[in-house]
Amino acid sequence: MQLNVNGTTHNVDVDEDTPLLWVIREELGLSGTKYGCGIAQCGACTVLVDGVATRSCVTPASVVAGQEIKTIETVEETDIGKRVVEAWVENQVPQCGYCQSGQVLAATALLTETPQPTDEDIEYAMTNLCRCGTYNKIRAAVRSASEA
Amino acid sequence: MGIADMLKAKPVNVSRRGFLAGAGSLVLATTLPVKPVRGQEASDAPAVQAFMELRADGTVLLKSPFIEGGQGVYTAMAQIVGEELDLDPSQFTVEIAPPGGPFGIMGGFRITGGSASTRSSYMLMRRLGASARAMLLQAASDGWGIPAAQLTTEPGAVLGPNGERAAYGDLAAMAMDLDVPADVPLRDPTTFRYIKSPTPRIDVRDKSTGQAKYAIDVEVEGMLLAAVRHAPRLGMTPSAVTNQSEIEAMRGVHSVHMLDGAVAVVAEKFWQARKALDAARVDWTDGDAQWPMPTDFSSQGFRDQLANATGDIATVENTGDAASTLNSAETVIEATYDAPFVVHGQLEPPSATARFNEDGTLDLWLPNQAPEQFAGRAAEAAGITPDKVQLHSQVLGGFFGRHFLYETANPFPQAIALAKATGRPVKLIWSREEDFLRDAPRPLGLARFRGSVGPNGPEALEIEVVGEGPTGRWYGAPAGNDPSAHEGLSGKPYAIGNKQIGQIYLPNPAVIGYWRSVGHSMHDYMYESFLDEMAEAAGLDPYEMRLSLLEGSPRHSTLLQAVAELAGGWQPGPYEVDGVQRARGVAMASPFGSEAASIAEVSLDGGEVKVHQVWTAIDPGQIVNPAVIEAQVQGATALAVSQTLVEELVYENGEPTARNFDMYPILRPDQMPEVHVRIIESGAEMGGVGEPGLPAVVPAICNAVARLTGQRVRSLPLSKHDFS
Ligand code: FES
Ligand code: FES
Repeated sequence: MQLNVNGTTHNVDVDEDTPLLWVIREELGLSGTKYGCGIAQCGACTVLVDGVATRSCVTPASVVAGQEIKTIETVEETDIGKRVVEAWVENQVPQCGYCQSGQVLAATALLTETPQPTDEDIEYAMTNLCRCGTYNKIRAAVRSASEA
Repeated sequence: MGIADMLKAKPVNVSRRGFLAGAGSLVLATTLPVKPVRGQEASDAPAVQAFMELRADGTVLLKSPFIEGGQGVYTAMAQIVGEELDLDPSQFTVEIAPPGGPFGIMGGFRITGGSASTRSSYMLMRRLGASARAMLLQAASDGWGIPAAQLTTEPGAVLGPNGERAAYGDLAAMAMDLDVPADVPLRDPTTFRYIKSPTPRIDVRDKSTGQAKYAIDVEVEGMLLAAVRHAPRLGMTPSAVTNQSEIEAMRGVHSVHMLDGAVAVVAEKFWQARKALDAARVDWTDGDAQWPMPTDFSSQGFRDQLANATGDIATVENTGDAASTLNSAETVIEATYDAPFVVHGQLEPPSATARFNEDGTLDLWLPNQAPEQFAGRAAEAAGITPDKVQLHSQVLGGFFGRHFLYETANPFPQAIALAKATGRPVKLIWSREEDFLRDAPRPLGLARFRGSVGPNGPEALEIEVVGEGPTGRWYGAPAGNDPSAHEGLSGKPYAIGNKQIGQIYLPNPAVIGYWRSVGHSMHDYMYESFLDEMAEAAGLDPYEMRLSLLEGSPRHSTLLQAVAELAGGWQPGPYEVDGVQRARGVAMASPFGSEAASIAEVSLDGGEVKVHQVWTAIDPGQIVNPAVIEAQVQGATALAVSQTLVEELVYENGEPTARNFDMYPILRPDQMPEVHVRIIESGAEMGGVGEPGLPAVVPAICNAVARLTGQRVRSLPLSKHDFS
C-alpha cells in the first residue's frame, strides 16, 4: 500500500490490518511516535491524519492510505507546530518525555483547528495520559502557544 | 575505604590511561559512595563512579552515575559540576555511566532510587568540577607564566590579570598532564549561579520533538523482534503450543519458543511477532517459579488475611507506655486502614535488546535503575562472567520503581534466551498487557490503629502494620527493620507521649516492588487519616492539633504554617464555590530526608470525588534546582491523586483482573488538580525531591473528603466508595 507520511509517499508491504503505529515505527523507522498501550487509551501513539489527532495504535494503515499523515518528526514544519514546541520548551513540560510526542501533536491539532481555545476546548482535545503528571504544564503550554 | 574516606577522596585524572579515544580531553573520574538506601548493610560501602570529559571544543561529557527518567537528574548533575567548574550547564552532555569499573576505580552497587541521587553525590560532584577548574587554572598559569592565584575564570574560560583569556577547550590538553590537586576550595554557596537556580532542563527540546531515544527505540543491526505471552497465573509454564507450525508459517515469523513461564514469538517485525503470538494456542501446566501465585489468591482475601493476622510483633518504635495508657483511657478509637496493590504504569512498556558478540561478550540495551545488579543477573542468564556483559542503560520512559531487579518482572533474561536460541540480536518488547501481568506491584498494605485522646489531643497511639515490604523481599531486611514495610507510620514528628509501633510479618504471595515513595505512598495516608480521626474524637481542629503536636519541632511547624499560608490560610470548610460545596484537608509526611505538608481541596461531582487544588510546602533541606523540584512535586501529586481516586490492581484466582489502562484507569488530564508549590530551604541536610511530594497528598485528600461528606475512607481508592 502507499502511505503519505511527512510529505513523502512510501510503498509499504505490510498486512492490511497492521496498525499505522507499527508501520511508522518499524517500516519507516520513525521512532518519535510511541507505543504505550495499544488500545487507544493513552495517546502516546498520536499522529496527525489530515490534521486530526489520531491514535495510530488502533488505526489500520490501510484505512489511512492516501491521507496526509504527519508525525512528531516534522511538527516544526508548520508555524503552529513550531509555536507549540517552543511553548513546550519554554514551559519545561516534559519529564520522562515518553508521552510528549503525542501531547505536542494533540496540541498542534487543537490550535490549528481552534487558535483561541477555551478551557473546555483544551479539556476536550488534550486527553492523552501522562504518567509523570505534567498536566498542569501541558495546559499552561497550550495556553501560551495559543496566545503567542 | 569507608564511606567517610571516599567522601573526602579526590577525583582521579584518567586522561592518560587511554580509556577514552578523545585526544586532548581532560578526563576526571570520581567514586561516589551511595548511602545504604534499601536495607543495605552499611558495611557494603557501595560505590559508583562518575566522570567528566572536557573536550577540545569546550563542552563537557558527563557520565552520570544515575539514570534519567524524568526526574531531572542529568540537569542537576550538570548544574552542580558546572557551578564549580564555571561552565554553563547548557554546555554539558550527560549520559549514564556504564556499570563496573572501566576506569579501574572501585566498582560496586548503585541504584537510582530512594530519591537519593543528587543528595548522595552532591559534594563529590562539586569536588569533581572544582578539581577540573583548578587544573585548568594551573594549565593557564604554566602557559602564561603567571601564578595561578592571579588568575580567575568566567564561564568556559580562564582570565589573566592583563586581559589574557584562554578557552577551557584549548587548555584541556595541557591540563590532562597535571596532577589532581589535593585540596580544592569549593564555591561559597552565596555566590552560586547555577545551583539553586531554575536552570532549564537539558533534555526538554529533544523530548518535545520526538528525538529522545528510549530502550524501546533501540536498533541493532540484524536484530529480530520478539513478543511474549506469559502464563496467566505466575507459576504456570507452557507445555505445548498446539498450533506451532501454523504460527511459524505466519508472515515474518522466525521461530516460536517455549520459555520458563512464557511463550515467545520471534519475527522480522514486532507487529508480526505480536500478531502470531495472539494466534498461538498454548497449553499451560504447573512450573517451578520461586513465587508461584496460589490458584485461590485474591486481593480481597489477602486483605482479610492481613486484617485478621496475629503473631509476633516486631517493634519499630516504642515510647512511653501506650498499652496501659490505652487500657485506662476514657476515649479510645480503633480503625483498620488498607491500600491496594498498584502497578507502576510507566508509560514506556518494558523492553530489552540482547546481542551476543563473536568475542563472547553480550551487549544489552535496557531500562534499569540498578546497572550492576542487572549486569550480574544478565551474566547468570547468559552463562558468562559479569565482565563479559556490556550494559547500555537507556533513558527511562518513566520508572517510579518499575526498573529495579525483580524476579520475573524484567524482560532481559528472556531477551538473552531468545538471542541465544536464534543466534541473532533480539529486541523483546512486552506489550502493556504483559507489563500488567508481570509488573512487581506495590504490596497491598494494611495497618491497625488504636488511639486514645484527651482534651489536648492524642495521648496514646498503637499501630500494627501487617505484611511484607519490598526491601524485606529483595534485600532480606528483617521485620521491624524494613523501612519499606513501616515508613510513614514510623518516623512521624508529632509529640505523642505514648506510642507503640510494630510490624507483624506476613509474606505477600505476589512479586512485590517499590513504587514511588514506597512505604510512604500508603502509610502516611493511614497515619494522617487516623490523626484526623483522633482530632475529631478530641473535638479539635486537625490543623491546630498538628501545630500543637509540633511545638517542639520548628522545622515541621514552620512547614505546616507555610502550606496554610500558601493556601490562603487554613480554612477546612465546607464552603461554597460556584454553587458547590468544597472542603479541605491537611496532612504531613517526612519522606526520604525531606519534609512535606499538603492541603487538598475537594468537592463531589455526581457521587465522585473531584480534587480541585493541592498546595504543598516542601523542605528538602537544600536545593539544587527549584524548577525541577516544583515539577517533581507536580508529578508526585498526580500519582498521589491517581492512586487516591482510581488505582487498584485486583487479583482473582491468582491473576490480576486488569491488563491495560482500560480496566485499570490512571489519572486523566481532567482529573488533575491545580498544584501550588512552595519550596522551603531550611538548610538541613539535603533530602530527596522525586518522591517526597507524594505521601502527604493522599491523606490530605481523604481528610478533605471526610470533612466534606462525614465519611471516613479507610480503604483506597475512593472510586470504590459511593458518596452520593
Ligand atoms: S499506544 Fe495508542 S493510545 Fe496508547
Ligand atoms: S512526561 Fe512521562 S509520561 Fe508524560
